[in-house]
Amino acid sequence: MFNSLSDRLALTFKNLKRKGTVTESDLNATIRDIRMALLDADVALPVVKEFTGAVRERGLGAEVHQALNPAQQIVKIVNEELVSILGGQTRRITLAKTPPTVIMLAGLQGSGKTTFAGKLGRWLADQGHTPLLVAADLQRPNAVTQLEVVGQRAGVAVFAPERGNVFGHDAALESGEGTRSFGDPVDVAVDGVEDARRKGHDVVIIDTAGRLAVDVNLMRQAHDIRLETNAHEVLFVIDAMIGQAAVETAKAFADGVGITGSVLTKLDGDARGGAALSVATVTGQPIMFASTGEGVKDIELFHPDRMASRILDMGDVLTLIEQA
Amino acid sequence: ARSNTAMGHVLLALLSREGLSESDWEDVEDTLLASDLGVEATTELVNALRTQVKIEGTTDPEVVRSWLRTDLLRLVDPTMDRRIAASRTENHPAVILVVGVNGTGKTTSVGKLGRVLVAEDKDILFGAADTFRAAAADQLSTWGERVGVPTVRSQLEGADPASVAYEAVKAGIDLESDVVIIDTAGRLHTKRGLMDELGKIKRVVEKLAPVGEVLLVLDATTGQNGMRQAEEFAKEVAITGIVLTKLDGTAKGGIVVNVQRKLGVPVKLIGLGEGPDDLAPFDPEAFVDAIVGRAS
Ligand SMILES: Nc1nc2c(ncn2[C@@H]2O[C@H](COP(=O)(O)OP(=O)(O)OP(=O)(O)O)[C@@H](O)[C@H]2O)c(=O)[nH]1
Ligand SMILES: Nc1nc2c(ncn2[C@@H]2O[C@H](COP(=O)(O)OP(=O)(O)OP(=O)(O)O)[C@@H](O)[C@H]2O)c(=O)[nH]1
Ligand SMILES: [Mg+2]
Ligand SMILES: [Mg+2]
Repeated sequence: MFNSLSDRLALTFKNLKRKGTVTESDLNATIRDIRMALLDADVALPVVKEFTGAVRERGLGAEVHQALNPAQQIVKIVNEELVSILGGQTRRITLAKTPPTVIMLAGLQGSGKTTFAGKLGRWLADQGHTPLLVAADLQRPNAVTQLEVVGQRAGVAVFAPERGNVFGHDAALESGEGTRSFGDPVDVAVDGVEDARRKGHDVVIIDTAGRLAVDVNLMRQAHDIRLETNAHEVLFVIDAMIGQAAVETAKAFADGVGITGSVLTKLDGDARGGAALSVATVTGQPIMFASTGEGVKDIELFHPDRMASRILDMGDVLTLIEQA
Repeated sequence: ARSNTAMGHVLLALLSREGLSESDWEDVEDTLLASDLGVEATTELVNALRTQVKIEGTTDPEVVRSWLRTDLLRLVDPTMDRRIAASRTENHPAVILVVGVNGTGKTTSVGKLGRVLVAEDKDILFGAADTFRAAAADQLSTWGERVGVPTVRSQLEGADPASVAYEAVKAGIDLESDVVIIDTAGRLHTKRGLMDELGKIKRVVEKLAPVGEVLLVLDATTGQNGMRQAEEFAKEVAITGIVLTKLDGTAKGGIVVNVQRKLGVPVKLIGLGEGPDDLAPFDPEAFVDAIVGRAS
């Protein structure tokens, strides 16, 4: 398929002479390469445009650093911009002054919320907290059982007053409804916080059902969970393999539910993870965690610089610049 | 629907001008890129369209749209055989193996496919060969109860998935079932050990009966990584079809165009929701219309 960005840029570099400032044609050639690389890495189109626009503005007429040629200068700008968007507001989970701190997880179907609930619980427990996982997904078949098993594997308590969608409850439905809860997720969430308060858990992690950006009812339900529990953190959990849908999805959750940060999952694969840039740009909220496997310990704090080089192959590119 | 209007907009703008401006072409390109078609396929399609517009000298938006639609439809190839192999042969049931990366909708698709086949009066068995993910077998059994299909599972957590699959097919043979559908654990295509395990599941099952259908479940929201997934799964277990899930959202699933043309593996089914009836045959025309907009 395509050469990597490093290969492409190496070619572009060769064709450019050393000059004092970056000219428009230098910029155009390099920005074309970068645009392609960003698209290959699944950065969403509107974000690619915004990003290359910012790079163009900064790059045009910029003074060229002694040791660099114009293209390299642009790459340096690109890298700085990437890291600044990805890591603009890195921060940790904010703990409430009066416990329990309520953390709600939300996202598309299958993004990794339930698995992450266990990881975050374990991670907090390892730091001396006493988290409680709350099973508020009452619609995916056996989501409650899944969270119970996850809690057990993580060694974290689980609050699960409802069984949710089990035993083919809806087998008789001719309509074959899918997104239907068996019990009230909002009630479960609220009761979960109350239970934590009573039993002295200092953090509550609420697992919610997966929902689509276009599902107005379910978005409202998530919004209600947030309001009724006074959630301190709403973490948007998103799959690193997602493509162009990232922008619309992130926007829908940011507007419809309100989010305070994001979690990027399945980073143990080979997806370039351009979604990180899309999500950070669109929500303006920090990406807080990286989820890197199926085990309860596969959780890391998010590293903007690593992500930047992953998206654009920047490791190689920056080495190229150093060799210049 | 969004790309629909975006596209209509672009092409209508054509009428008022002599030709397409660069920014009009960029809009056409954006429509394709936004569907996850990828840079390569998009560039090819747009270049071909530009040439054609130049040669024929048209400014009629409907004509240009129909050309793009035709080109894209050719890539999607309506002539491919998209039937599911689901009939008993000789003395064994048809075996369908369902594979894919984590969370794409494998278990759900097994459930829905069971429902479709039950409606065709077939005797179906599910095999719960995901012995790894928390409560995966419970999830599949619940689906079985939902659609009226028994599930063969191991009582042991962490049992050998190949032996569960073997037991399921063996039961299918004993019970003279028509079809055994085997659900497997999600696994990233980059994980050698897990891919080997999948190969083993298939080999072990084939000691009893041929695996006539290996369905790769791809999430429509997946971007360019979907191609890598398809390549690796094709190498390991020779996939015979794609199930494209979550098309009820905003994603168009354009990556399957590349998968089809590079690997020759057709999309056979699409997932349109979380309910038992939310599975449909793949319709190339509808798929293309969702990307370039329907002719008005
Ligand atoms: N490789 C890998 N797999 C992951 C990761 N996070 C989650 N998974 C897997 O992805 C699949 C889906 O994870 P879940 O936690 O069930 O996702 P969810 O968002 O709760 O799904 P729904 O509740 O159905 O919306 C499971 O197979 C998990 O084991 C990760 O970081 N890496
Ligand atoms: N909206 C929508 N959701 C779907 C569709 N197919 C599956 N889902 C949902 O996606 C989530 C994951 O589905 P599963 O069937 O558990 O996925 P899986 O591939 O078996 O996951 P693992 O076994 O963990 O790898 C669940 O919440 C499903 O309800 C679909 O076509 N549309
Ligand atoms: Mg879940
Ligand atoms: Mg599954």
